[in-house]
Amino acid sequence: MFYIFGGVAVLAAFLMIISWNPVAAVLNMILVMFCLAGLFVLLNAHFIAAIQILVYAGAIMVLFMFIIMLLNLRGNEPIWKSRDRNIVLSFIGFLLAVGAFCKLSGTLKASGLNKTMQVGEGFGTTALVGKILFTDYLLPFEVASILLLVAIVGAVMLAKSKID
Amino acid sequence: MVPLTHYLLLSAILFSLGVAGVLLRRNVIMIFMSIELMLNSVNLTFIAFSKFLNNLDGHIFTFMVMTVAAAEAAVGLAIVIAIFRNKPTANVDEINLMKL
Repeated sequence: MFYIFGGVAVLAAFLMIISWNPVAAVLNMILVMFCLAGLFVLLNAHFIAAIQILVYAGAIMVLFMFIIMLLNLRGNEPIWKSRDRNIVLSFIGFLLAVGAFCKLSGTLKASGLNKTMQVGEGFGTTALVGKILFTDYLLPFEVASILLLVAIVGAVMLAKSKID
Repeated sequence: MVPLTHYLLLSAILFSLGVAGVLLRRNVIMIFMSIELMLNSVNLTFIAFSKFLNNLDGHIFTFMVMTVAAAEAAVGLAIVIAIFRNKPTANVDEINLMKL
């Protein structure tokens, strides 16, 4: 199951990066969100998986779609804007990226992180997450509510047609 | 049972795709979506380590990251609308009003 979800997520993310049409990109992004929600369920994070689908796939992506429709964006621009490329620098950058990836995977293999994961019963359920959220992390929770209030007011102010 | 390293590698691949999107695309909406992709890959790392360490704190961090991502998307898209009203383009190379 992990490999199915992971493969689909990587493929959809790649298609999102290269897609010509913004609407198709949003749909691919929603697919990535659903795959990540599936991975969260595999990792015993049921509450986070539900929030992922509700907030990301349901709210944020609909907001993106709404803005694309509102601004009437067409996919008529070239995907890669041609600019001055430096072949040597691109090659060195590619080599550095591949080398960093190989070194990282080697380090991960050598580290003790390869053990299987065992958790207790009820790990990641809404009851346990809520208990921690409202006891140990009560102050960050309240600060997050203030942040959301500021974001609401800021978004409305910015999107107003005339600022007095 | 899938080991932790596979989750970390998947997360790294998704994050790299997000970075590539930010660097290569010129459409402001696409850049925003690539940023969301990067935040999501970080969330996957948090959740995987949370299960590995048998500790629920990672779930709380993911919750906070989602809150900030929602606020960022709302304000960012409002800024896009405000810019679009002055200069009807979504290409970040053409939005250079603050350049000296």
